[in-house]
Amino acid sequence: MRLHIDWTACDGRGVCTELLTEMLTEDDWGFPVLRNGDTVPPPLDGAARRAVDRCPMLALRLVT
Amino acid sequence: MTSVVEQVERRLLAGTGAAGPGRLPVLDPSQIIGMARDAGLTGRGGAGFPVWRKLTAVAPGSVVIANGAEGEPASGKDRALLAYQPDLVLDGLQLIGMAARAGTAHLYAPKAALAPLRAVLAARHDRLPVTLHAAPDAFVSGEETAVVSAIGGRAAVPSDKRIRTVDKGFLVQNVETLAHLALIARHGPGWFRTAGTADEPGTFLATVSGAVRRPGVVEAGYGVRLGELIAAAGGPAAELRAVLIGGYHGGWVPADPALPVSRRALEPYGAAPGAGVIVALPRNACGLSETARIVGYLADQVAGQCGPCVNGLPRMAGTLADLAARRPEPGLAAEAQRLARLVSGRGACRHPDGTARLVLSAMRAFEADVAAHLNGRCLAVEGPR
Repeated sequence: MRLHIDWTACDGRGVCTELLTEMLTEDDWGFPVLRNGDTVPPPLDGAARRAVDRCPMLALRLVT
Repeated sequence: MTSVVEQVERRLLAGTGAAGPGRLPVLDPSQIIGMARDAGLTGRGGAGFPVWRKLTAVAPGSVVIANGAEGEPASGKDRALLAYQPDLVLDGLQLIGMAARAGTAHLYAPKAALAPLRAVLAARHDRLPVTLHAAPDAFVSGEETAVVSAIGGRAAVPSDKRIRTVDKGFLVQNVETLAHLALIARHGPGWFRTAGTADEPGTFLATVSGAVRRPGVVEAGYGVRLGELIAAAGGPAAELRAVLIGGYHGGWVPADPALPVSRRALEPYGAAPGAGVIVALPRNACGLSETARIVGYLADQVAGQCGPCVNGLPRMAGTLADLAARRPEPGLAAEAQRLARLVSGRGACRHPDGTARLVLSAMRAFEADVAAHLNGRCLAVEGPR
């Protein structure tokens, strides 16, 4: 699974960077930045799904 | 060095004569895809994606679109081609229409280019009717997803690419790509490959501007020496400091006449032929000032959708402007590079990536200028001490 951010929808609310801190950090303006690529390691599957479900802008998705 | 006559080859720009380019043969989809593959034809809009792969991926009944938007200010080759060889472009559009078993065809270009096309279209008897659409005058209006959006009557701004454009039922090809395809249909893939290199076959249109005597559109095979391209545009109008290749999303390379203009040869400089934009910078101009001006323009051309681009590009432009204006703040160059890396890959389109590529190439190509500027001096204005 890979994490996909729809940048046209993302508003930088910061929910994903809090729920998936292992994969995401914030840039200078609060928008998510991938720490080490977009591949979701299996142990983070659950956290990634929660981050996707809670994105208020529906900007975050899991893709294969 | 090979002579200009051998390297600069006119195909798209060759005079067509009274007979025109000749009748377009009737081909079936597999023949069209096969000849595009055998020719090694790649997209001429900038990204250089293999045409046959897009043709294979698109589903029957898709919409085909000829893209002549050319939002890049330093590029004029698509406008020149539409004015000079509209039938080749329209033939190519029919060919991809046949290959994709398309239901509709569109041509998208700046408003000024459309008026003469109406008459050309009226004189043809195309199997697939073509609808004309005006492209707004904006840098990103020619980006593939922006084109699809504009054809659909929405704003000409890029959209998310989680699903590929071909998988959404749209096949978008640059107008120059289509003209090449129309020539390949007439003369065959083997003929196409007699220009260019084995890896990068065919000719391309280049828009040469800046410090040259006769700025304009020239045609040459990939791998043509930079000096020959510049000679085809009348030669340098002054001693050159550097050359921008690939346009505002391209990279600065040394003004080395022997440098081949090909993907392979330009890669070490972080540049690529792209859509064939060549801008010659004279010795008395400052590369950092010119880069700052371009990045300022690119920041103004942000579509306003993606956070990292909306915020990052103006910040990058400000940093470059400070550097160009010789405001001696330590860490200015490192900050420009950090911002360039920060925005890369973080947008619906490649506008942030392209802008970052330009900035990073400027930092490399004008390293000595950066050091001088940070000491309050400019090599272009004062000369090296």
